Amino acid sequence: MAQKTIELEVGRGREMGVDGNPSLSPIAPFDIVEPDMNTEHMLINIGPQHPATHGVLRLVCELDGETVKRVVPDIGYLHSSFEKLGEYRTWNQIVPLTDRMDYLAPLIYNCAYVMAVEQLMGIEVTERCKVVRVILMELDRIFGHLLWLGTTAIDVGAFTPFLYSFQERERIYKMHESLTGARITTSATRVGGMMADLPEGWTDQLREFLDTFPNTLAEVHQLLTGNQIHIGRTQGIGIINGEDAINYGFTGPNLRATGIDYDVRRDRPYYDYETYDFEIPVGEHGDCYDRYLCRMEEMQQSVGILRQALDRLPDGPINVADPSISLPSKTDAMSDMESMIHHFKVITDGIPAPEGDCYFAVEGSKGELGMYLVAEEGDTKPVRWRIRPPSFVNLSVIAKLAEGHLVSDLIMINASLDIVLGEIDR
Amino acid sequence: MADKKDSAGLDAVDAGPVSSDVSGEHHAGNEGDASEHASVAALRERFADAVVRHRVYSGGQHVVWIAPEKSHEILAWLRDDPDHRYDMMSDVTAVDYGNGRPVNMVYQMYSTVHKRELRLRCELPLDALEIDSVVDLWKVADWLEREVFDLFGVTFNGHPDLRRILMPADYAEGHPLRKDFPLRGRFSRAEQTRRALNQDVERFYRAEDLSAGRAPQEVAPVEVGTLASDDAEGDA
Repeated sequence: MAQKTIELEVGRGREMGVDGNPSLSPIAPFDIVEPDMNTEHMLINIGPQHPATHGVLRLVCELDGETVKRVVPDIGYLHSSFEKLGEYRTWNQIVPLTDRMDYLAPLIYNCAYVMAVEQLMGIEVTERCKVVRVILMELDRIFGHLLWLGTTAIDVGAFTPFLYSFQERERIYKMHESLTGARITTSATRVGGMMADLPEGWTDQLREFLDTFPNTLAEVHQLLTGNQIHIGRTQGIGIINGEDAINYGFTGPNLRATGIDYDVRRDRPYYDYETYDFEIPVGEHGDCYDRYLCRMEEMQQSVGILRQALDRLPDGPINVADPSISLPSKTDAMSDMESMIHHFKVITDGIPAPEGDCYFAVEGSKGELGMYLVAEEGDTKPVRWRIRPPSFVNLSVIAKLAEGHLVSDLIMINASLDIVLGEIDR
Repeated sequence: MADKKDSAGLDAVDAGPVSSDVSGEHHAGNEGDASEHASVAALRERFADAVVRHRVYSGGQHVVWIAPEKSHEILAWLRDDPDHRYDMMSDVTAVDYGNGRPVNMVYQMYSTVHKRELRLRCELPLDALEIDSVVDLWKVADWLEREVFDLFGVTFNGHPDLRRILMPADYAEGHPLRKDFPLRGRFSRAEQTRRALNQDVERFYRAEDLSAGRAPQEVAPVEVGTLASDDAEGDA
C-alpha cells in the first residue's frame, strides 16, 4: 500500500489575496490511499500538432496514472538550418532569416543580429539609431510577453486575457506594419542603421499605445493575479531554485522568477541601458506563478523605458555616414557616380569584416539572446553564425520541472517557460 | 584561400564535399594582454602549458585557446575557484573553418558573481573529434552538446544521452554544419523524399523502451524499402 498525500498549497496568506484579504483554497488538502495494483506505466505522446505545446513540440510522457514520471521532449520538426543558410549569405542578407526564428518578437532578433555584426566590425551607430533600437526592442518585449500571457491564460482556462492581449498585440502589429511594411517578418535593421527611419506620426502612435496599454494590463491583473483558479493552477507548480536555475541555463524572466537578479540589460549593458530608469522584477519561489508576475511587471517596466526613450529620441541621421557600410539614398545612387559605385559595391560585395569572433548578448523577451559570429579577414559572409537561443535552453529544463506533477500541470509548466519553436529548432 | 572564396555562394550549393588537403594556421589577430582580464592571467599562471594562445577580438572580448585534453580540468577549475566562479555557461558550440582545419569547440561563460565573461576555445583535429563532456559541471550543456554532436559530429566523452537532437534520429547524410556538407544535403531530392516517406514513426519511443529504463530512442538501422505496412488493419 502506498500512501500518497496531495497538498495543494493555494495562496500564501496575505499578499496573495485580492485587496490584502487572505485567499481561500479552492480545494482542501486531502489524503489518497492508493492501493498498489502493480499497474504498468503508460506512455502518451503530446504533440507535435497540439495547441497546448505552443508550436510543433513533441513531449513523450511516461505516466503513472496521471502523474508524470518522465518527459522526453522531441524537437527538430521546424529545423530550417538557418545557421547553415547564413554561411551562404552576406551580412545584410541574413537579417530576414533572423525574424523568422522568434516570430513573436521579431524586432529583438533583428536588432540583436546587427548589433553583433557591428560589434564584430567595430561600427558605432548613431545616437538616434541607438534610441530607435531600444524603442523597438522594448516594444517587442511587450509584444512577446503579450502572446505568452494570452496563450498561457487560455491553457489554464482563462479565455478573457487572451482576447485582451491579442487586441493589444494587434495595435503593435499595426505599428510594425507602418514601420516596416510587414506585420511579423519585419527585417527592420541593417548593418550600421535601420532599413528606414521612423515614419511620420509613428511616435504619436506609440505614445497613444503607451497611454492606454497600462489600463489593459491592470485589467488582466484583476482577472488573474488574485484569481483562485489561476493561483491554484500555478502556485507551487514547476519549482526550481536559483542555483539549479543557473546551472540548467535558465535566463530571462524564468531565471528572475527564482530570485536571481540577472538581467543582461543591466549586467552587461548595451545602448546606454544603464542610463534608463527601470527596475528588474525578481520572484521568490521560482514557480509558474512567479514567472507570471515577473513578466507582468516587465511589461510595466518596458512601458516606462519606452516613455523615457521617446522623450530623449534625438534628431539626426539614423544610418552611419560611412558609404562602404550604409547604402546611399536612391536619388543619389541614380544621379551621383560615386554613390552609384558605393551602392553597387555594398550590394554585390557586401561589407568586409575583420578577422575574429564576437559573442553579443541582449536581453530578449525569452531570456539571454546571444549571437556568435566568426569571420576571417575580409569575409563578407560569416564563417559561422550561431544563435544562442534562450527558448532552446529553457525548454531543456522541462524534464526536471515536470517530474512528479500531473499531466495538466505539465501543460502549465510548458506554457510558463515561454518557448517559441521557430527559435528552438532554427 | 582564393579558391575557398570562389566556391562559396549559391554556386557551391550543389558542390560535393570539399577536399580536406589544404591546411594552414589562421590566427592573425593581436596577441591579447593577459593583465587586462583576471581569469586569463590566472589561467596563464596555473595552466601555462595548456593555454595555447590568447586573443582579444571585437572591442575587448577575450578568447583563450586551451588544449582539448585539459579542457574538463580547466573548465571545472574556472567554475569552482572562488576568484572566478563562472557559474553560468551561456553557450557551447563549435566552428568548422573548412579546408581540413581543426574544428573549434567554443565555451562562452559568464560569472554572475564577478560579472565577467570569458570565451574558451579548443581545437579538435578532424580525425579526433572528441572532447570531455561538461554536463557534470553545467546541466545546460546537455542539449547544447547534443546539438554540436548532431550538427558537427563531435563526440562528447561522458555525456549521459548523446544522440541527435535537431535532425531525425536516423539521419544518414552526415553532420550538416560541417563545411564539407553541401547546402542541399548529400542525397538527391528523390532519395531524401523516399527516405522520408519510408519512415516508421512507431519505431521511436516505444513503451517497452521506456519501461525498461533504456534510452528512449534506440534506433536500429532500417533498410529503406523494407517497411511494408504490417499495420494495415489499424488504419481502416
